[in-house]
Parts: sequence; C-alpha cells; structure tokens
Amino acid sequence: MPKERKLSRREFPDSKKEGDSRIGKEEVKHLAWLARMKLSNKEIDAFSQQLSQILQYFRKIDEVDTEGIEPTYHVLDLTNVFRKDEPRTFPAEEVLRNVPEKKGRYVKAPRMG
Amino acid sequence: MAMAKAKKKERMTRVMRRDEEKGKDGEPEVIIGLEVHVQLTNLKTKLFCSCSTDYRGAEPNTHVCPICMGEPGTLPVVNEGAIEDAIMVALALGSSISRRTLFSRKNYFYPDMPKNFQISQYDKAGGVPFATGGSVSIGGGKKVRIRRIQIEEDPGRLVYEGTIDSSPYILVDYNRAGLPLIEIVTEPDMESPKEARMFLQNLRSILEHLGVFDESLQGAMRCDANISIKGGKRVEIKNISSFKDVERALSFEITRQKGLLSRGLRVGMETRHWDDLRRITVSLRVKEEEQDYRYFPEPDLVPITISEGLIAKVKACMPILPSERKRLFIDKYGIPPQTAEVLVGSKALADFFEECIKLKADPLPLANWLTGDLKALLNEMEIEIWESKVTPAHMAELVSLVKDGILSGKMAKEVLKEVVATGRMPRKIVEEKGLRAIASMESLKEIVERVFSENPEAVKDALRQEKAVHFLIGQVMKATKGSADPLMANEAVRRRLQEIASSVSA
Amino acid sequence: MDSFHSYYPLPSRLSVSDLCDAIRRGSIKAEDYMASTLDRIRRVEEKVHAFITIVEESTLLERAREIDRRVRDGKGFLGALAGIPIAVKDLICTKGLRTTCGSRILEGYIPTYNATVIERLEEQGAIILGKTNMDEFAMGSSTEFSYFGPTRNPWDLSRVPGGSSGGSAAAVAALEAPMALGSDTGGSIRCPASFCSVVGLKPTYGLVSRFGLIAYANSLEQIGPMTRTVEDCALLFSHMVGRDPLDSTSVEPPKTVFFSKKDDAMDLVGLKVGIPKEFFGEGIQESVAKTVRKALEKLESLGAQCEETTIPSIQYALPAYYIIAMSEASSNLARYDGLRYGLRVPDRGYGWNTIFAENRRLGFGPEVKRRIILGTYALSAGYFDKYYLKAQKIRTILRMEFQRAFKRFDVLAGPSMPILPFKIGEKVGNPLEMYMCDVDTVPANLTGLPALSLPCGFRNGLPVGIQFMAQAFQEGLIFRVAYALEKSLDLREEPRL
Ligand SMILES: [Mg+2]
Ligand SMILES: [Zn+2]
Repeated sequence: MPKERKLSRREFPDSKKEGDSRIGKEEVKHLAWLARMKLSNKEIDAFSQQLSQILQYFRKIDEVDTEGIEPTYHVLDLTNVFRKDEPRTFPAEEVLRNVPEKKGRYVKAPRMG
Repeated sequence: MAMAKAKKKERMTRVMRRDEEKGKDGEPEVIIGLEVHVQLTNLKTKLFCSCSTDYRGAEPNTHVCPICMGEPGTLPVVNEGAIEDAIMVALALGSSISRRTLFSRKNYFYPDMPKNFQISQYDKAGGVPFATGGSVSIGGGKKVRIRRIQIEEDPGRLVYEGTIDSSPYILVDYNRAGLPLIEIVTEPDMESPKEARMFLQNLRSILEHLGVFDESLQGAMRCDANISIKGGKRVEIKNISSFKDVERALSFEITRQKGLLSRGLRVGMETRHWDDLRRITVSLRVKEEEQDYRYFPEPDLVPITISEGLIAKVKACMPILPSERKRLFIDKYGIPPQTAEVLVGSKALADFFEECIKLKADPLPLANWLTGDLKALLNEMEIEIWESKVTPAHMAELVSLVKDGILSGKMAKEVLKEVVATGRMPRKIVEEKGLRAIASMESLKEIVERVFSENPEAVKDALRQEKAVHFLIGQVMKATKGSADPLMANEAVRRRLQEIASSVSA
Repeated sequence: MDSFHSYYPLPSRLSVSDLCDAIRRGSIKAEDYMASTLDRIRRVEEKVHAFITIVEESTLLERAREIDRRVRDGKGFLGALAGIPIAVKDLICTKGLRTTCGSRILEGYIPTYNATVIERLEEQGAIILGKTNMDEFAMGSSTEFSYFGPTRNPWDLSRVPGGSSGGSAAAVAALEAPMALGSDTGGSIRCPASFCSVVGLKPTYGLVSRFGLIAYANSLEQIGPMTRTVEDCALLFSHMVGRDPLDSTSVEPPKTVFFSKKDDAMDLVGLKVGIPKEFFGEGIQESVAKTVRKALEKLESLGAQCEETTIPSIQYALPAYYIIAMSEASSNLARYDGLRYGLRVPDRGYGWNTIFAENRRLGFGPEVKRRIILGTYALSAGYFDKYYLKAQKIRTILRMEFQRAFKRFDVLAGPSMPILPFKIGEKVGNPLEMYMCDVDTVPANLTGLPALSLPCGFRNGLPVGIQFMAQAFQEGLIFRVAYALEKSLDLREEPRL
C-alpha cells in the first residue's frame, strides 16, 4: 500500500495528519470555491462538522485490499459507440428562450473575475 | 504603414536572434512548449452532437442544440469522424496510438463552457490520451517532440466590449462550443519564438496534407504557450488565436520577463491572456489560484478501442505528407532541398507550385519565385497565398516571360508586385507599361554606341582599367532604365571595347 | 375483469393492464378515466403533495378525447398504453413542460426536448399527467429535500414516502396515477416503492435510455417503472427499453427482460433463492426482518428453495456508492451557473465567479451543497486515488462477488429497506443516518444489476418491501418470481385518505 499522500494542493492552516479525514473550515471554503458555491458562516461550521463525520465513515473502504483490482468505470462492456458525421439542425430559438439574460442573440455573462 | 511594419518586424527579428543564443553554461535561455488546438475542419458536425460545424459568419447562437448548450439531461455521443482524423494525425506525427482510450472530464468554471467541464482526454486519473510520442521537425535537423495527442471539444467564443479586463460584461456565442478539436501538446523543446512559429507552420502543413484542417479558416488553429526564461518561473500564455500571433506573444513575453528580471524583480508562475488587439499579455491568475481540474473518466461515454486493423486501414488511405512531397520535389523537379522544404511548409504553396507546373512553368525558377519574391511580398502584406490575388496562371506566365527574355529579372520583380497588387496578368502589365526587356543585341548595340560617344574619356580609361568598364556598363543599364539583361549589357560593352582596341592597334 | 367490478366506480383502482383493455374496447372512455383521475388528485393531492407540476386539465382531457376518437373511428395508431395517464418524476425532461429537479436552480427552465423514454411512452399513447416531487437532484431518501416542500406518505401522512422518487411512489400509492416513472441512482425507486407499498424496478444499467434524465450520478442510475402491480410494472417497462442512439451507454434488450403472465406457471419449483446475510445485518429493524422472512417462507411454499449466503463486500457498498455518486454529481451540477437557463441573480457589477457562486448559493439546498463539496473533495488532486479510484475498484470486487453468487442462485432476495418509513423531519439533521437507509439498495446500482421492490406486508400499518435481484438482463425472471409472490401474498390494502 502506498503510504505517501501527495500534497499537490495548498496546505491548510487547519490541515491534518495522515489518516485523519476531518475537513476544516478553511478547506470547506476552498472546496466551496472550487465548486463556485458561496456558503454562509453557519453553513461552513455545520458542513465542516458533518462532512468530517461522513468522510470518517467513507474511510471504511480503506479496509479493502484493492491491490491488482481494475476499477469499474462502466458496468457494461461496451466500446466504440459512435455517431455518423451527419448534420441535423435544431431550432436554436427554443434553446435561446431559456436564456435569462441576452444581448441580441448573445448570451450575456457577467464581466471577468 | 508597410514600412513601419517592416521596421517592427526587423526589430523583432533582432530580439529573436538574441534569444536564440545559448547561455554560458549551454542551458537554453528560453524554453517554450506549446499546446495546440486544431479544429477538425473536415468534419461536418460537432464532436458530441449533430450541430453543423459551419458556424463562421453565422449569427451568434444559431448552431446550438440542447446537447452543446449543456441543457440538463443531455448526453454526448462521439462523432466517428473525429476518431479517424485523430488516427491519421497520430500516424503522421509518428505517435503511438493507445489501443484503448477514454474520454475524461476536465472540471473548471468558465462562461464559454456550457457544462462547466470540458470533455477531453488526460493521461492520469483513469484517463488515457489518444496517442503519445512522435515529433515534428522544424528544419536544421531539429525536432520538437510531441508529448500527447488528444481529442476534445472546443469551448464557445467570448466577445468583450473593449478588452478582456475592462469589458463591463461578456457576450457568449456557443456556435463554436463542441466543435471537434485535436489538442497537440509538445515537450518544451523550442528555444525561440521563431522555432515555435516553425513548429506551428510545419504542423499546420502536415494537418493540411492530411485534409483534416483547413488553414484558410479563421481561428481554426489556436494555441497556449508555456514559456520560461532563465531565472524565471514558467508562464502560460492563453488565447493565441493565430499562428502569427504566437511569435508576437512569445516575443512580447520574453521582453516583458527580461525587463522584470533586469530590474531585479521576479517572474512568478502565472497564467496570462494574449490580447491580440493591444498585442500584449495581461495576467489572468497567479499560482496561488492554480486550477484543480478534478479529472475523471467521462461516465456517459464508453471506451474506444483501436485495432491494428483499423490503423492499417487508415494508413492505407493516408494522403501524401509534406516530407514525402519534399522528396518528390527534389527528385522529380530538381528543386534544392531547402527550397523544397519551404514549398512544402504550406500545403497551399506546394499545391500552388504543382498547379503552375501543370501550366508548363519551369520548375526551378518557379520554385525560386514562389519561395523568394512572392513569399516576401505576401509576408510584407501579412497575407497567405490563398488570400492574395495571385493565381498559378499568373506565376506560370511570369516565369515564361522571363524565360523567353521578354522580361529581365528586375523587371519581373516589378511586374510581380503589380500582379500581387492588382491581380492582372503579367503579359497585360508588360503591354500596358510598354515594358520589354532589351533582349536583342541589335538594340543594345545602338545604346552602347550612344553611351560611348557621350563618354569618350571613360571609353579611353576603360581600355586600360576594369573600373571604367563597370562604369560604362552601369551607364548602359541606366540608359535602358534597367530593362536590359545585365549579362548582355556586360557582353555588349566588352565586345565594343574589343572592337575599338583592335581598330586602334590596327 | 373481476377487479373492475369490485372496485367500480373508482376506475383509478384498475390495474394498467385491465385499463388498457377497457379503453381499447371502448368499455371505459379515456376521457372518463382521466376525469376520475383528476378528481382523485383534487381530493388527495393537498394531503400527499406528490406533484410539483400538474398538466392543465383541459389539455389532459383533450388528449384523452383524442384517444377516444381513435378508438371510436378505428383509425390512427392506438398505442399499447393508449389513454393511460402517467406521473413522471420531475428530473425527466418533458418538452414545453417545466422540469425542476426539485430545485430552485432550474427556476424558469422549460426543456426544449423530450427525454427518450417520454418519446417512447407518448408514442404508445400514454398521457403525461404531471411531474412528481423528489429530493432535489435526486439526492435524498425521503423527498424532504425538495425546494417545493416534502411529499407525505399516503399510508401515514406524518411519515416520509421515501426518496428520491417519493412523489412518483406516493402518486401511485394514493391512486393519483396508475403508473409513474422514477429514477434510481442508489435506491431512489425501490426505497419509496417499499415505503409506499408499490412495485418499483431499477432496470439493468443500459436498458433504459438516460437521454433526458437529469444526471445525478451517470454511471449508476436508470429510469424505472413504478406501478401498483408486477404485471403493470412489466408492461410499462417493456415500452421503456431499447437502445437509443442518443445514449452511448444504452443497449438493445434481450428477450429475457420481458414478462408475460400467460407463459408463466404460478409455481416456483426449483427456483434457487439466495439470501445474503448482509441484507439482514446491522441496523435492520426487527419488524422489517420478520415481514421479509415471512414473505420468503411464502416463496418456499411456492416451491422455491431459499438459502442463506454471503456477499461480504456489501458492507463497503454504501461508502463506495456515495463516493462515486457525489463525485459524478459535483461535476454534473457544475453546469447550473445561470447563464443558459435557470436561476440568475442580477450582476450588480460583480464578476462571473461571484455571480456563479451567488446563483448556486441561492439555487441549491443544503443536501446538494454537501454532496457537491464532498464530491469535489473526492476528485481533487491528491485524493482521487484514495476515494474515487478506490471506490471504483471496490465496485469491481462487488461485481465479482455477485457473479459468484449467481452461479448458485437464480435470484437474490432481502429487504428493500432496513427500516420502516420514518417521521418527517426525523433524519433531516443527520445526513449520515439518512445515507444509511440505502444500505440494501446501492449494491444493485454499483453492479448495474436489475432489482425490484415488491410490497410484502405491513407492520403497524406501515408498508414493508422485499427486494429481488438477478443477473443482468434477467428482469423477466424477477417479474416471474415477484408476480408469483404478489399473487400468493394478495395484499389488497389501500391507504385511507
Ligand atoms: Mg485543451
Ligand atoms: Zn449541438
């Protein structure tokens, strides 16, 4: 079993030792940022506690020896499912009707940053 | 305008030359790696949906459907054409094709990505890129190694009001979103902006020869560049959308980074955006915000297996590649290797050459015209051959006018300029301007006679010293307004001098 | 037709199979049936809250009348489900009919296309009645995590109907619809089927197109039928399956997935039933275990041989399932940024990163946020191998163990849910406890195997479900076993509403 934990992410002020799966508030904030979700302070507190508990439970899978086992990304043994290169048009107006903010035919997005 | 540009180019060339120098310890001063995104322009539909790829010139958001707009519940299905194209590209670059390949999701938020993840390929996290290894030669015996080749979808197009950092909002056009791309990632093997351009040019030619890519389509080849200069960290430049801009962007970065270093400032790891309007790079994010793409295998697409049989089948139908074509030009037409190399550096140019040959143009002078004067003129105008008014008929005619002695080399250069500017046929220009090479010795004799009678002193001198001979030849050429063949003028002057000498002695 | 007479004049009690016959023969008008269904909805929907959206009455009646016209004129194609109303879980896209996924984030979104199953069922004449309530993005086991408020269990309005397809199960149980579509990512059909005493099938992965199913965890989920009887379930299912060029993970169904009661003898002589002891392990309520064991005895009385067995890795299925599901979900749900559809907060001069984050703060409920964060964590650099990859490897081990079990047994059986329906609000504050409810259902999703929940009795007036699993594409066998047991158990209770 490889023991090393890769530290390619930022170390967090409240980061922890190997085997401990607590998620500190800073890490919750960072993950929420990666997922582009703003959280209230109350949510951050609650999530930090709940998620740590859940992750602790997830670590049950550490017990399983998976040496030499291939992952199952697909349960079906399908390969090479392709589509012919034949164009079809879709009424684009219908798609645009769902766009909350437009400028002409453009979808309007907030500025950079 | 053209002058200013030419000056600027010259300045840049000088910068480049300096960069090509190696440091004292033999380490390169500049290291460049590229990530090239190539639209598979031979395909009619997007990578994962049946929307048409023919979006150029279309109104924004007209080539969209629920799938490429990332509507909830939609699923991707792979365009089989993309697989065939990718096999060809991998074979052409000498890469080894993965027998089993997967698509992965690359997760990050950006307004041009309808799903906020890109379906791409990856060599870690369970993913397998389409192919790895291979190389592209960039002349002088140098090769740029390929790290990996992968298939992925193009994001949409962002339109800024003004510039990226000041635009009050961003407009998004998803017509391009989902277009089939091949991403080619190189090893950091290039040492100057010029090498980067050479790489792109040769890669482009290969892709054109394969027929998977049409260089005439705006923005069909874009790239991101990684550049590190000695003493600094790696900087990534995104959004380089034309291959001319690669050289500009890299040169800008080198100047900027060297400026920082010379002032004792540090060059940290960061990602910058190439602003092609202002021709500068602007910072997008520094290392602290480095992305975590959270790659994982795309669950909605099944693996792709590529059999030996399929590879063999594709191989059997592979079109001729630039390297083979170069050999052909050398062997069949006697073109010198270096000229042949320039010809096949662009499929359009090589095709143009062969079209001219079909019109019975003499191969060797033709090749010289195409790779010399014509290329220089087009470069100056910053256009490609297909964007110009010149056709094979023009060039074939021009070459034959010179061959027949109707035009001197110097006159032909002028005529070519006129052709490029107006698109009129060379013979027409010759007739209208009354241009005609003083081709016959008879007419040349009269002029020599006149020049000799006007310069008796010089004739005397010329009988004794070479310098005066050259003066006389120069006077003759001047009198013909350059329309005489200098060799013939030379001969006519010497012949007349000999006559005088023999009559004097007699 | 005995059921028709005994239940008349409330035709909503008819089974789908009987109803189809009656409408085709003209003995019941589709319009009358639709009117009676709408009447039933009017009377009980306020208590149950099974629907998020109900199609306009006039539209529904007109569609029914169109079927009646065809029956009368004998012209035009009459599909196998002509005139039968169907309730559709609100994460299956219906063109022109709002689809919310139980979330605020899809506010204002009207799908521009139909899910493939919807196309198939409408082709057969089924009439979409409305869209049913669910846990937001199918994340939950109680239908309490809906932006539109909870659905109540028709058998006890103070209790949850199970989830996430709680609205579909409750609609069928409360006789608001004769059949419904649910989706099952980790038990989301079987859990509410068990809690509401209806039949629910999680098909073999790939049999039903996922095109138009709003993704929660792509590699695990399937759309499935929810009905009052096994026969109805098999009938509805037979019109849902089929390879779809729009879904790369879909396959053509082999004959073994179909069931017709005529071909099947009532006895189960020689049938080998494995009872994985893990299904009766830690956390199971005694009352549930007892009821299921009684049903298994009944099965033996029909000739089946039940034998205890073990599938040891079932104990790891739950964490492996949640890791995979949350990881895929974190990516699937990234698209909800407010640009192309759904909720969009005003810019107020902020950049798109801020606006996206604000949109998603307002648009997603707490359970969705928890799962997105955990999924983001499990996929992030340095953790991928430890969580996502490891979970996918456990999936392989689990598949091997099931394969081994199916060398000895035709079907596997156990409780669908380890517990009886719980009180609304009881588990909302404790996510982990809520996750534990799925312990018996997730193995089928991880392995892609078919699994059906059949009502098998009541305890304290609350339903208990038995789950049958079989090898991939053996739905036909599951239907046969469940049909025999259903007949033999003869549960004819219905909720008092
Ligand atoms: Mg890329
Ligand atoms: Zn599309």
